[in-house]
Amino acid sequence: MNISFNPMNFVSNLRYMGIGMLVIFVVIGIIIGATILINYLFSNKK
Amino acid sequence: MDILYKNLLAFSWQDIVMILIGCLLIYLAICKEMEPSLLLPMGFGTILVNIPFSDALTGPIKELYSAGIANELFPLLLFIGIGAMIDFGPLLSNPKLMFFGAAAQFGIFFTLCMASIFFPEIDAASIAIIGAADGPTSIAVANTLGSKYVGAITVAAYSYMALVPIIQPPVIKLLTTKKERQIKMPYEQKSVSKLTRIMFPIIITVVASAIVPQATALIGFLMFGNLIRECGVLDSLSETAQKVLANLITIFLGISVAFNMTSEQFLKPDTLLILGLGLIAFIVDTAGGVLFAKLLNVFSKKKINPMIGAAGISAFPMSGRIVHKMALEEDPQNFILMHSIGVNVSGQIASVIAGGIILNLFS
Repeated sequence: MNISFNPMNFVSNLRYMGIGMLVIFVVIGIIIGATILINYLFSNKK
Repeated sequence: MDILYKNLLAFSWQDIVMILIGCLLIYLAICKEMEPSLLLPMGFGTILVNIPFSDALTGPIKELYSAGIANELFPLLLFIGIGAMIDFGPLLSNPKLMFFGAAAQFGIFFTLCMASIFFPEIDAASIAIIGAADGPTSIAVANTLGSKYVGAITVAAYSYMALVPIIQPPVIKLLTTKKERQIKMPYEQKSVSKLTRIMFPIIITVVASAIVPQATALIGFLMFGNLIRECGVLDSLSETAQKVLANLITIFLGISVAFNMTSEQFLKPDTLLILGLGLIAFIVDTAGGVLFAKLLNVFSKKKINPMIGAAGISAFPMSGRIVHKMALEEDPQNFILMHSIGVNVSGQIASVIAGGIILNLFS
């Protein structure tokens, strides 16, 4: 059995939560911007 | 005469329990139709590897595991098939829906914190990726990190993906009011050019990989499959990727994951804890997406039906359909399928990026 019990690890790993969610939103934000640009550049122009 | 009972006497109670678990997975696959394409091979493989002195364990299953799981090849090849199946049209016509996909990955990082209470960092990160609600990503990340719980993580990921129709609705109802669930979101059809559909997978691969290089293989293979679909000149390859390739790899993946389903590796209190943490990941994913949508409603004049946030998990297309069905139950005139499917598709992208971030942080 490899289980231990260290509740303080929850707090110490909160930084990974912050970093992870920040990076995901930043990357998704950039992807959204790129997608809007692609839509603008390559849309079916009338 | 020894040969008749010597091998029978070698069965331990743990082997019997694992064989029963294998039978349970097969039952769930056939009778309950829960992810049958994965649970059935996994169940049968579990039976094969828990028979004492089984040559399946030391022979072909071990070889398949080395050939496709240990080097993450099978999940990546499966991603080609998945990419070829996905239509990004609803997402391309409303790219802002991708934010909901990002929000619905919150469960991964919350579960990371929870799991770290009980497990070392590497295993905690591997368990957390169950929240990606994506089998190939879960297997790839857990393997790359060298977790010893790949078997339990895989079973949890695929089982909970199949249980999404049971897990999500109570969470959604708990966090929303009837009035919120009845919010209508008119769909404005916007055409997406073929060139846009072709450029999207290329540009997303470059952008996402440049920022999170550890996600290159995952996002690259997914987008490669999508490019095969969208280019318009490879119809036979697209069809092969969607059907033959996906089915073939699914068979190999399912049975070779059973290499980690021996009683020594699976029958531990750790496994129950992992199953519990996996459930937490799915619940918090759903809550994260819904609460994000509610937060946006505070600032937005054009109200969003917060249920679409729940569709941001990567269980495609089940989650999108569940949200749509719940909206129809509240108001038979409320059609939010295109929005929920768009969000659901974005969850596929976001979960892969989340997997890359986990690899970046812990490998």
